[in-house]
Amino acid sequence: MSTEYHPQRLQLDCNTEIDRICERMRYIVREQLRRKGVIIAMSGGVDSSVCAALAVRAFGGTHMLGLLLPEHESAATSAQLGQVVAEQLGIGFLTEHIGPALDAAGCYRHRDDAIRRVFPDYTPEWKLKIVIAGGAMAGMTFFKLVVQPPGGELREARLPAKEYLQIVAATNYKQRFRKAIEYFHADRLHYAVIGTPNRLEYDQGFFVKGGDGLADLKPIAHLYKTQVYQLARALGLPDAVCNARPTTDTYSLSQGQDEFYFGLPYEKMDVALWCHNHGRPAAELAAAIGVSESAATRVYADIESKRRATAYLHTPPVLIDAVTELKNFQRSAS
Amino acid sequence: MSDIGKQIRSYIEENFIVSAAATLNDGDSLLDKGVVDSTGFIELITYLEEQFGIQVRDNEMVPENLDSIGNLTAYVQRKLSGT
Repeated sequence: MSTEYHPQRLQLDCNTEIDRICERMRYIVREQLRRKGVIIAMSGGVDSSVCAALAVRAFGGTHMLGLLLPEHESAATSAQLGQVVAEQLGIGFLTEHIGPALDAAGCYRHRDDAIRRVFPDYTPEWKLKIVIAGGAMAGMTFFKLVVQPPGGELREARLPAKEYLQIVAATNYKQRFRKAIEYFHADRLHYAVIGTPNRLEYDQGFFVKGGDGLADLKPIAHLYKTQVYQLARALGLPDAVCNARPTTDTYSLSQGQDEFYFGLPYEKMDVALWCHNHGRPAAELAAAIGVSESAATRVYADIESKRRATAYLHTPPVLIDAVTELKNFQRSAS
Repeated sequence: MSDIGKQIRSYIEENFIVSAAATLNDGDSLLDKGVVDSTGFIELITYLEEQFGIQVRDNEMVPENLDSIGNLTAYVQRKLSGT
């Protein structure tokens, strides 16, 4: 059978897929993880909203808890939309502001120290974001820091490695603090923690190890981003969720995921990843997303490069020698 | 190999902790060999600018200039000679 790409390849039978995922979620949480319900942090984005809606279908609203975890630089609309989704789904939720904890840990201070090495006149009142430059189709990527003083123009500068790494390391506190709170509630309720990456994020390593990458169950990690949007509509989520462009909601200037990490809009990244996974020639991808064959070849190379670079994020703790006695206590995945 | 090439090779071998670095041919792709990733390239750029006193422009950050020891050496030589 031909596996040539056409748009229908990414089209789901949504009701069948929803039923299949929910059945697996029930089995995994109850039989494998032996937990009573699930915790889910709700950002108001499509991934966490779909996961929450799936969890409601799988467990009912009384066996789950939603968490809204804003910080000083979250978009105001994120928590609002998260609340709208929680209320529509009829699930209980708590709001915990993590800004004071991030302040105490030095998240903003460490980040701002690095920024001032690039823009010495920077003050915390400025807005900022990191954007990817070069991009997936240019062959090599690098990062720029974009800042904006209050009432001023946008300014940008290429980030040296040391400053880039410190800014990212500091902002990773946000995902890790959120996860600590999720596990607090999971422990006190004997619940499992849901992770919400889609296939693009999971495959390409767009997550923080020990942060949003940490979870007991990741119910949509096999789904391309466009498929997650299909489920969102099938699950009846609000238009504001179904039509929103993915953002990182990590920096104070609005930042799309394609600006920070993927280099291509998610619709094209889905096609690229699908074609790559199915061994399709670069010429076929080029025709499908409207780029040159050489650009499509570089997109494939970028996918492989990101897999190589982020393999560490997927790697569990490595032992010097296997401790085989525990094997009998790990419940099988089937 | 030129002095510039030796310095670049030495930096890559010392800075990027992968066994493949020690067996690199001048024409080998640093990306394909898994010697550097995107963060590694940024480190490499910083090294080139500081070590050789050149300015790497954004539009020069392409594999043809930076993805092998041979390409890096030729690129730095062109920058230093102003061509």
